[in-house]
Amino acid sequence: MRARRLLSGGWLSVYAFLYIVFLYLPVIFLPIFSINTAPTPKFPLTGFTLQWYADLPHTPALLDAAWNSLKVGVCASVLATVLGILAARSITRYRYPGRRAINGLIMAPLVLPEVIVAISMLLVMLQLGLSLSLFTVVLGHVLICIPYSMTVLTSGFEGFDRSLEEASADLGESAFGTFRRVTLPMVAPAIISSLLVCFTISLDEFIIAFFLTGTEATLPIYIWGQLRFASKLPGVLALGTLLLVASFVLMTVAEVLRRRAARRTQNEGGLYA
Amino acid sequence: MPEQPPIERPQSDPAQSDRSMIEIRNVTRSYGSFKALDDASLTIKEGEFFSLLGPSGCGKTTLLRMIAGFDNPTSGSIAVGGQPMEGIPANRRPTNMVFQSYAIFPHLNVEQNVAYGLKRLRLQGGEEKRRVEEALAQVSLTGLGKRLATELSGGQRQRVALARALVMRPKVLLLDEPLSALDKKLREQMQVELRRLQQAVGITFVLVTHDQYEALAMSDRIAVMFGGRIAQVASPKEIYQRPVNRQVADFLGGMNFVKAEIVEENGASLIVDTLGFGRVKTDKPKAFMRNGGAATLGIRPERLRVLWDNATAKFEVAGKVVERHYFGEITHLIVEIPGLEKPLSVTETNDFGADDIPVGTPIRLAYDPEALVAMGD
Repeated sequence: MRARRLLSGGWLSVYAFLYIVFLYLPVIFLPIFSINTAPTPKFPLTGFTLQWYADLPHTPALLDAAWNSLKVGVCASVLATVLGILAARSITRYRYPGRRAINGLIMAPLVLPEVIVAISMLLVMLQLGLSLSLFTVVLGHVLICIPYSMTVLTSGFEGFDRSLEEASADLGESAFGTFRRVTLPMVAPAIISSLLVCFTISLDEFIIAFFLTGTEATLPIYIWGQLRFASKLPGVLALGTLLLVASFVLMTVAEVLRRRAARRTQNEGGLYA
Repeated sequence: MPEQPPIERPQSDPAQSDRSMIEIRNVTRSYGSFKALDDASLTIKEGEFFSLLGPSGCGKTTLLRMIAGFDNPTSGSIAVGGQPMEGIPANRRPTNMVFQSYAIFPHLNVEQNVAYGLKRLRLQGGEEKRRVEEALAQVSLTGLGKRLATELSGGQRQRVALARALVMRPKVLLLDEPLSALDKKLREQMQVELRRLQQAVGITFVLVTHDQYEALAMSDRIAVMFGGRIAQVASPKEIYQRPVNRQVADFLGGMNFVKAEIVEENGASLIVDTLGFGRVKTDKPKAFMRNGGAATLGIRPERLRVLWDNATAKFEVAGKVVERHYFGEITHLIVEIPGLEKPLSVTETNDFGADDIPVGTPIRLAYDPEALVAMGD
């Protein structure tokens, strides 16, 4: 009995180990080759260097792309979060017919094939007579960010005890004062978390940006362009590593904040009957 | 044996000031065709501990929320301290509320919670701190000011909610089922404390509860509500002893109902014939509506006493024990009386061995005809 359990336990750990390796091995190669002296990503490694990183700030096209990504990311995350707040508040606070259907429709872009969404958006933009620019990329990114924003925000708003706002009014505070002193501090972590998640998604997003941008490249488009030149590969690896780290850090912070918000809104005082 | 002076029977509580604090006039609250509150009128006096008692959905919470300003009457008017409340939002009313969920702000500590409403008053020279300390002392939370809401027990949260409302020195403190989330022991302790606190601060308290014992134990007066209507407003004793109808009688605890036939009706009294209790003279309830020749009498189970051995009483009924239920300090006997359609339930203390009466024993019960009250249906 015991032996069998040990055996199955052993196999289970092996399986779990392989699982994780499969998930993260490709990601691990990126930073490893980005500090290798050889310009081609090949084993054995030839030596340690930070040269590729040091070169990054001296590439004007890269800096432009980074600046574009930053602009798009900030705009898209703010817009998506504002829209997300309105929708999440409505869905968690009020009960009305079609509430679940609306929720489903808002979440749907999460599972739509991105390339189809990108093509459809391109058609719509052209029909509307909009010329392709970073602005159209922002619109596209808002579309795909809203479901993520909604997920984070509804978990932050859910269970927000309405009597907290009533208690504030009861103690003499105005509607605006209540928003400032109670509602905002309670949901702020969720809002910041949503901003970070949306920013990260926009920063990493390639297909929609590729279809909807005109001449201005965002970081993923820049990387795509650089792949044609073998000599530029180490720089791409270095840049990719930085993006990975940035995404990882942003997502971790966002998740910590989301949990804090979810904990906060739950007033465990008593029954809600 | 020297003759002892008779124990003086205390009169009921000295009357509060007779000035009214809350005037509720013909208040109705409809949601579509459903009336949560139906033409309710009520006067609550200054300094009174008043309870709104009823089952869930009876409209008691709706009424409380309308006094607080979280809801508005469809028709009718509410005045607090002589001032009509129509059009005055919750944040400008002289009332404060203790919420059922306590609604403690989780991002603030105890002190900040209590000081929340004072911040807007911009008190000078340490006055705010002094008042917060005072309020925390009133609810026995001195020294816990720096604790976070998440670090408090249920009972402590309840006290923070109380302090946060009391510190505002409202004219009326509204309490929405404040004890329902506490366990039995803590609840009983808080009942005593709440009553003591109310008498110390002298503020009018309006309590919403579905627990009849809570209402009886704490209140100066109680309004019993059913289906959006106020059935009876009276002191706890009067509500318990002289319920106006079967519904109120039932809600306030066990009651034996006996069918009766009216023999004579005059001014303040009724003479009725019953099968089990014979001819009884009883007080006529104020709102007694004669319904042909029939009436209902009620008697509480503890007003029937077992007669032991050869003891006799002026008024007694004879029957047979058919069930016995043991409850520790008391025993519940179900006694069949010839002529009565339903057996009587009798609550007897266990001092004399009521817990040992075998089922099937013939038994005699003494009663005081005063305890038989006539009521509407």
